[in-house]
Amino acid sequence: MCGIVGLYLKNDKYQDRLGELFAPMLIAMTERGPDSAGFAVYGDEVDQGVKLTLRNEDENYDWAALAKDIEAKLNTKVDWFQNSKVAVFKVDIDAETVENYLMENHQDVLIMSSGKSIEILKEVGLPERIVNLFHLENMKGSHIIGHTRMATESAVTMAGSHPFSTGMDLCLVHNGSLSNHNRLRQELKREGIDFETENDSEVAAGYLTYRLQQGDSLNEALEHALDDLDGFFTFTIGTKDGFAVVRDPIACKPAVIAETDDYVAMASEYQALTTLPGIENAKVWEPEPSKVYVWERTTH
Amino acid sequence: MSTKSVAESVTTSGGKQTVDLAQQTVRELNQALHDQNNELTIAEWEVLNPKGEHNLAVGLDQKLKIDIYGPVGYYCAGMNKEADITVHGHAGQGIAENMMSGSVRVKGNASSAAGATAHGGLLVIEGDAGSRCGISMKGIDIVVKGNVGHMSCFMGQAGSLVVCGDAGDALGDSLYEVHIYVKGAVKSLGADCIEKEMRQEHLDELSALLEKAGVDEDPKAFKRYGSARQLYNFKVDNASAY
Repeated sequence: MCGIVGLYLKNDKYQDRLGELFAPMLIAMTERGPDSAGFAVYGDEVDQGVKLTLRNEDENYDWAALAKDIEAKLNTKVDWFQNSKVAVFKVDIDAETVENYLMENHQDVLIMSSGKSIEILKEVGLPERIVNLFHLENMKGSHIIGHTRMATESAVTMAGSHPFSTGMDLCLVHNGSLSNHNRLRQELKREGIDFETENDSEVAAGYLTYRLQQGDSLNEALEHALDDLDGFFTFTIGTKDGFAVVRDPIACKPAVIAETDDYVAMASEYQALTTLPGIENAKVWEPEPSKVYVWERTTH
Repeated sequence: MSTKSVAESVTTSGGKQTVDLAQQTVRELNQALHDQNNELTIAEWEVLNPKGEHNLAVGLDQKLKIDIYGPVGYYCAGMNKEADITVHGHAGQGIAENMMSGSVRVKGNASSAAGATAHGGLLVIEGDAGSRCGISMKGIDIVVKGNVGHMSCFMGQAGSLVVCGDAGDALGDSLYEVHIYVKGAVKSLGADCIEKEMRQEHLDELSALLEKAGVDEDPKAFKRYGSARQLYNFKVDNASAY
């Protein structure tokens, strides 16, 4: 089943309240996905270098020591903070150098996301637990997408939880199931895309990463996805400056979008939108099948 | 606004009953409405703060008039018999699914499968309807003032679908005997669905449907679609398989 939700702010009005507005949306989708939940929040952008969301299952993991190690070995500067089992590291060099260093020297640390703006937090359990665990209500930013999972195609694990990120600042949440993910995963692996799980939705994220690497715009990548992905899907996708929604040609997985002058919100069900400010007067509609909806910020 | 419980309020007969879903549960609402089945004591009801909840006012079997103020979730007014239900807002999937009689009016848009499998009654959607509007309909009349989505009327067996706007892909696929009238553009027709001649009897039928739905449109502006009766089920030669 699964529930997906997204909130994209069209201006700065609610930036300080992004997490507070989004938390009830995620919790409202508990009945559609009680197995695990997660979200990707975009904000607090770094001008130089890279922002990584890192994870270690030991809550007492010594993140300070890791930061010092990176600073010393890579001769750079690290700004970091911890949030439960996760730490956000802002490192003043390129992403590839840091990621390679971590993969070679700190294999106990998982890289959840990498980019200028994105942070991904996810966990097994009820959405409310995840909201509280990561203090979602205090988060600020420009846009956020989330997922509540009722697992079908792979195990109920943190790694199998959404959102999935396979490229810089890109993430995807999925309601549905893909039928050609095994073949597509093999093809994408040959093109150099890395996968962490056997999950079908991760393949969709990997596919978009691949298309964007080929020079597609977000819109073009999603148009190609409609041709190449087989199965049921409603996707919500986040990039550094953008937010997109697309449904397969049959469109049997639900989706509703609400738009005001201040925001665009999407959810699997309208129930998740009822707590948003001004929702009574929002334009509310159901996204059409095979139609790509993209909102992108031109100024930040 | 009444702060009494529904159970207490129902005993006070006559007048209009208000149920505020900010204070009462969907189960309490539906139970109170079902309690009217045997003896009608309160005919008029209003429901506040539905907030997209599912299964509102389902399975009714009494001449009730119900106004729901706000958006409703899935299956609102499902299996309705006799009652007249108005949703002053948008509706989720399966509004009036399997309706038997009575009427349902949606002031906003409706999601997919509006009026699915319904045997009778009238469903009016003042906005747009999503995909599969009237899927497998069995006698209901559906009037949509806006557009309908793809695969509308799929396997429709009986009744009428009137669309004042446009229709999406594969309209009327594998149709049996439903009469489809569309004023706007049809993106594509489904298997075995064809445009048919609009004769006087159809203009009369459409005119009556529009009037019943309170929709001011000229029947002459519509085109009629129906089954070409060329699929397997319609071939008498296939009867020898039994």
